Amino acid sequence: MKIHVWERAFLAAGATVLVACGAALIYVTVGMDIHLPGDHGRVDPARLAETPPFDAPGVRQLDDGRWEAVVIGRTWTFEPAEIRVPAGVEVVFTATSADVLHGFNIEGTRMNLMLIPGQISQNTYTFDEPGEYLLICHEYCGIGHHFMAGRVIVEEGPTVATSESPEMEVR
Amino acid sequence: MAGPSPVVLDPSGYDLPDSQRRVLRWTMYIGYAALIAGVFHGLANALSYAGISIIGWFPALSNYYQGLTAHGVANVLIFTFSFSNAFLPLLTARALSRPLNSGLLWASFLALVAGNVLAVYAIASNQASVLYTSYAPLQAHWSYYLGLVLVVVSTWLAMLNMWAAMRGWRKEHAGERTPLLAYISVASYLMWFLASLPIAVAFLGFQLPWSLGLVDQIDPLLTRTLFWFTGHAIVYAWLLPAYVSWYALIPRQVDGELISDSYTRIVFILFLLLSIPTGFHHQYADPGISTGMKALHGVLTFGVFFPSLATAFSVMASLEIGGRRRGGKGLLGWIRKLPWDDPSVTAQLLAMLTFVLGGATGLVNASYTMNQVIHNTTWVPGHFHMTVGTAVALTLMGVGYWLVPYLTRRALVGRRIALASSWIYAIGVLIFARGMISGGLEGMPRRTFMAEASYYSEAWRLPGILTGVGGTMMFVGVMLFFAVIGLTILIGSRGHEPIDVPISRTMTTPARSGWEPALDRLGWWAIAAVVLIVIAYGPFFLAYEIVPVSPGYRLF
Repeated sequence: MKIHVWERAFLAAGATVLVACGAALIYVTVGMDIHLPGDHGRVDPARLAETPPFDAPGVRQLDDGRWEAVVIGRTWTFEPAEIRVPAGVEVVFTATSADVLHGFNIEGTRMNLMLIPGQISQNTYTFDEPGEYLLICHEYCGIGHHFMAGRVIVEEGPTVATSESPEMEVR
Repeated sequence: MAGPSPVVLDPSGYDLPDSQRRVLRWTMYIGYAALIAGVFHGLANALSYAGISIIGWFPALSNYYQGLTAHGVANVLIFTFSFSNAFLPLLTARALSRPLNSGLLWASFLALVAGNVLAVYAIASNQASVLYTSYAPLQAHWSYYLGLVLVVVSTWLAMLNMWAAMRGWRKEHAGERTPLLAYISVASYLMWFLASLPIAVAFLGFQLPWSLGLVDQIDPLLTRTLFWFTGHAIVYAWLLPAYVSWYALIPRQVDGELISDSYTRIVFILFLLLSIPTGFHHQYADPGISTGMKALHGVLTFGVFFPSLATAFSVMASLEIGGRRRGGKGLLGWIRKLPWDDPSVTAQLLAMLTFVLGGATGLVNASYTMNQVIHNTTWVPGHFHMTVGTAVALTLMGVGYWLVPYLTRRALVGRRIALASSWIYAIGVLIFARGMISGGLEGMPRRTFMAEASYYSEAWRLPGILTGVGGTMMFVGVMLFFAVIGLTILIGSRGHEPIDVPISRTMTTPARSGWEPALDRLGWWAIAAVVLIVIAYGPFFLAYEIVPVSPGYRLF
């Protein structure tokens, strides 16, 4: 098979771009410590009320100085619907679904998880900027899907009281 | 420049028996009918992002998500596979100059019809508003799952028909190379056949018995993983028939030539090998799947980008040859000389141009951690309306401008309307995708009835308006296409229609010795594909314990 020199050059250039993009992703993962969620175990969706940590959804400080937000998605609300965390501190988001598939996307960040009944979703994020962020369910979960949202309130300073779970505000 | 290749350019002008042409024609009509039926709700979706709800205009619809399910099922499942069920067997038969098996042809058609009846019943009665991805534990009526399985069975029967024709030809032509057009047509559906097995397992093994009440509970991550096991390759199953046209037919339509026989075969083999073991890149945000598996699939997804780059070069070279033969001069002058007055060519050229952006945005989706910025935002439908929604849909519309006249023996009516349709659609999709993609970067969620959502971000205003404007133009484009095809079928004049499939010549003809005849051993390449699939999915499924935890939910 004869391959013209221009054709070979084009294919080599294309392959180089792909390899360069791949190298950038390796750098992001290894060098910048940005990760995808992985396998974090299972939980029975029918027994969330008696299974830690989902028996107490909300925000707490961990022993290692990090914070953890435990969230349950259920049609059509997040529990808690308001998550208060401090800026500049690593927050571990641990979440699952009590019924159907839900999404967990914090606007303007890379915190983007699928909530699947039976599975524990987890990833970490550090908010640099204080402020209010929309938390959106971005997976179709039935006829009320477009009402399923919450908010994340990022406060200045490292110490913040553990939040209650106030009702979600609906426009 | 080499002369015509007898293996590719078949001068015999072979024509299928009328009885078989009729079945193929009606199979294709089902596809075009699905395209047209589906875009009505496409319009409603797009306008919803602009804050306008027109759901009330559709009295038959109970809710937005019922319409969204109809849009997805009709436009990406029924339209694409019905068209391919007609198009690929037709090209195979034509390239081999032998008829298809009438029994299989009818069986495929009837399975498609029966599948449609069941799926349309389930969706129209609002018993299957689960969106085309059918994620458990949202549960549809059993007729939905069975209907879609029958649609898949119709593709298997079409595949079997093509395979039998190719086997028959090879027996009678020992030592000869399989004609390229037949080869790439069969390779396309062979890939799809392998790819479709996991969704068949998900539906027949789990979701259908669960919807019938034979089992109470289901494992949602398992069925979702089986869906995406099929679900990335399915986009290539939609795309490859368009590639068949770009490689083997478009060069002839622009007075060019296909560049290389072996190069084309290798590209299709790469798709056969690499399309399937990539599904986890749709599940980067999922729990329960290790990051190692996700990374492996990410690398393989980058790999499957490569044959598309190769296609870009080959197809563009074919176009340049054509443009220069038609008098094009200079670096880019050949572009202007392409037959832009031929609606079939124009539609497909615009589809190719849009696909460049579709491919580039797809690479972002595949880019591992970067995916977290855009997963399940409107970025994703922004991307795939430029791939399946344009590269495929506009190409299949463009093919229709010669295929419908060819199959009906009636000349195309409304050439200018057809040209306008393609331009309006292509400009529309670029505006639409600009809206969806920029909105997605701002976190605008996909699959959401935005017009009535309880939340809103100011950053979504302009993206939403662009989505609505572009989507409206796409709708107008498809309606014009509908007018042209409808008029052609009804009042097209006899005697001026294309009398043959536009099969291209090949510059570098197929070798009859050396390593290249091994490219024709599609069965062996399929086995190699299975080995790769086992490597990419084996570790996950071997370690996976199936735990049914979810009853069915009907929340629509």
